[in-house]
Amino acid sequence: MNLAVRDIRHNLGRFALTTVGIGLLLMIVMGMGGIYRGLIYEATLLVDQVGADLWVVQGSTRGPFAEVSRIPANLEDRVRAVPGVARARRFVSHTIQREHRGQPLRMVVQGLSWPEDKGDWVQLIAGHPLRQAHYEMIADRSLGLPLGEKLKLGKDVYEVVGLTKGMVGTGGDGLCFFTVSDAEAIQFDVPGEATRLERAARLARLENLDLGRVTPLLSERVVGPASGLPALALPQVSAVLVTLRDGADQARVSATLATWPDVTVYSTQQQKDLLLSGMVDKSKRQLGLFRALLIIISTIIMALILYTLTLDKIHDIALLKLIGARNSVIIGLILQQALFMGALGYGLAWWLGQYAFPRFPRLVVIETPDLLMLGGIVLAISVLASLLGIWKAMSVEPNKVLS
Amino acid sequence: MNPNDSSTPAIVAENLTKVYGSGNTEVVAMKDVSLRVARGEVIALLGPSGAGKSTLLTAIGLINPPTAGRIHIGGELVMDADQAKVDLREFRRRHLGFVFQKANLIPFLSAVENVQVALEINDASPRAAHKRAMELLDYLGVADRAQNLPDALSGGQQQRVAVARALANEPSLILADEPTAALDSHRGRQVMELFAKVAHERGAAVLVVTHDQRSLDVFDRTFQMEDGCLKP
Repeated sequence: MNLAVRDIRHNLGRFALTTVGIGLLLMIVMGMGGIYRGLIYEATLLVDQVGADLWVVQGSTRGPFAEVSRIPANLEDRVRAVPGVARARRFVSHTIQREHRGQPLRMVVQGLSWPEDKGDWVQLIAGHPLRQAHYEMIADRSLGLPLGEKLKLGKDVYEVVGLTKGMVGTGGDGLCFFTVSDAEAIQFDVPGEATRLERAARLARLENLDLGRVTPLLSERVVGPASGLPALALPQVSAVLVTLRDGADQARVSATLATWPDVTVYSTQQQKDLLLSGMVDKSKRQLGLFRALLIIISTIIMALILYTLTLDKIHDIALLKLIGARNSVIIGLILQQALFMGALGYGLAWWLGQYAFPRFPRLVVIETPDLLMLGGIVLAISVLASLLGIWKAMSVEPNKVLS
Repeated sequence: MNPNDSSTPAIVAENLTKVYGSGNTEVVAMKDVSLRVARGEVIALLGPSGAGKSTLLTAIGLINPPTAGRIHIGGELVMDADQAKVDLREFRRRHLGFVFQKANLIPFLSAVENVQVALEINDASPRAAHKRAMELLDYLGVADRAQNLPDALSGGQQQRVAVARALANEPSLILADEPTAALDSHRGRQVMELFAKVAHERGAAVLVVTHDQRSLDVFDRTFQMEDGCLKP
C-alpha cells in the first residue's frame, strides 16, 4: 500500500495547487535556460549562415557585432587580391527603428554585396533573392511585413521581395537584407534641411578661422556635398567577408591580412567567441542568477508545503510509530510525496512550455541536455525540500497519539 | 524465550515506578506497581483520573518507560527501569496491540487499509494483508464498511476497526485505554465483550483501563489504582 499516494488523494486540492505553482516556477526556470540557448542561437545565426571563412574588420576592434567597425569599402578589392581568397564581400550591419503603419518597426539592416551577393544563401520561405541593385529587400517574417509590402526608409521606398523565418540579430530584431548601397543610404540618410544647416554651420566655422580667410577656395568647397570633402570620405562598410579558395590555408591567408595595420582579422569561430564572450555572457550570468533564485524559491515553497502536510499528519505518523512502522515507511511517505510533487511539477512545466515558449517575443530553445539537467535539479530539490518534514516526522514520539 | 509461548505469562511487571520532574516539581505517577497477567486473561484497571492507570498502561505498552522496575512480556525482559532491552518499535509491531479512547484511525486510509497497514508494516504482502484485514473486519462485524474512510464510520464502527487493527498481527498483549469512553453503553459493552472474545478465543492477554463500571462482569480480574498504587 502506498501511503504517500493515499495521503495525496486525501489532500488533493492543496497538493494540486502547490504542484501547479511549482510547475509554473519550473516552467520559468526552464524558459530562462531556453532563452539563454535562444540568445546563443540568435547571436551566432548570421555568422553561421553568412558562410564566410574570415572577417576583416577595423583595426584593433572586435567588430562588427561586439563593437562598431568602420573600414573603407574599397578594402574589398585589396582583400580580393590576397592569394587564397576566392571571394570578398562588403558587409554592412546596423539596427534601425522606424515607424510603419503607426507601429514601431525595429530591424537589423544587413547589406549584401551586390552583384556578387544577391542573398542566394539566405533561406527563404517565400519570394526570391534580390534581383536588382536598389529598392528591394528580404525581410524576416517576425517583422510582420508581407511579400510585396512597400516600406519607406529614408528617401526611398523598398519592396519586400523575399521572406525568411527565424533570421534575427543578436538583439532579437528581425533581419532585413538590402544591397550594401541601399543599406548605406538608409544608414546615412540625412534630411535636406539638416544638410543645409550643416553646410551653413560649416561655412560659418570656416569664416571664423584663419584658414578660411587665407584659402577662399575652401569656402566654395564646404558648401558643396559632404562627399566632396576629403575629411568625409565615401561611406564605409562594417566588415569585409572573405571566402577562401578550396584547399587554401586559412591560417596563412589570415596571417597575410593580419600584417595590414589598418585591419583585424577573425575566423568565423573567433567571431562567434567574441559574440558569446561579450554580448551573451552577461545575459547568461543574469539568467543564471534568476534561475538559481527561482530554484531556491521553489525549494522553499516545496519544503514549507511538505512540512505543513507532515504537520497535518503528525498524529498519524506517531500512530504509525506506535504500531511499529519502521522509519523507512515514514521517510518513504514524505519523500515520495516530495518526489511526486517535483515530478508532476516538472512534467507540468514541460507541457505548459510547449504552448507558452513559442509565444515568447525572443526565441526559446529547449535542448535535451538542459531538460535532463533540470530534471536532476528537480530531483535534488525534491529530496532537499522533504528534509524538513522528515526531520519533524522523525522527532515525533509515539506517545503523541495519546495527546 | 518465545513471547508467543502459551505457557509463559503475558505480562510480568515488577516494582514499576514512574516519576515526572525532580526536586520541588517531582510527581510520582506510579509507585512500586507489580502485576502479572496470564495469556487469555482480560484485566480491567479502574480508578479515578490521575491515579496512574494510563501511566501503567503506556509503560507496559513500551511507549513511556518507567523510572524504575522491570517489564517482561511473554517471558522476555523488555524494559529494565528506563533501559530498553529490545528494539521497542519492532517489539510493539510483533507482540502488542493498542486501542485508545479515540479510534485514532488514519484519516486518509479506508477501514480495510487502516487494518492492512498494520499488517504490511509487519512485512505481510499487500494481497495477504488485504485478505487478513477483511477477515478481521468480518469477525468484528464491519466488513460492509471496509471501503469507507473513517469520516464515514460511526464511533462504534471506528472503534471496531481500531480493534481489528490491534488484532492484525495476532499480538500476545492488547492494551486498551478507555476504549469505550466515546461510545454509548450498548456499544461500549459490545467492545468489552469483543475483548473478552478475542482473549478467550485467541489467547491474547487484554489489559483495559476503564471508568465504565457497567461492563465489569466481562473481565476476569479487576484492579484498582489509587495515587499511583495498584490494589486488587
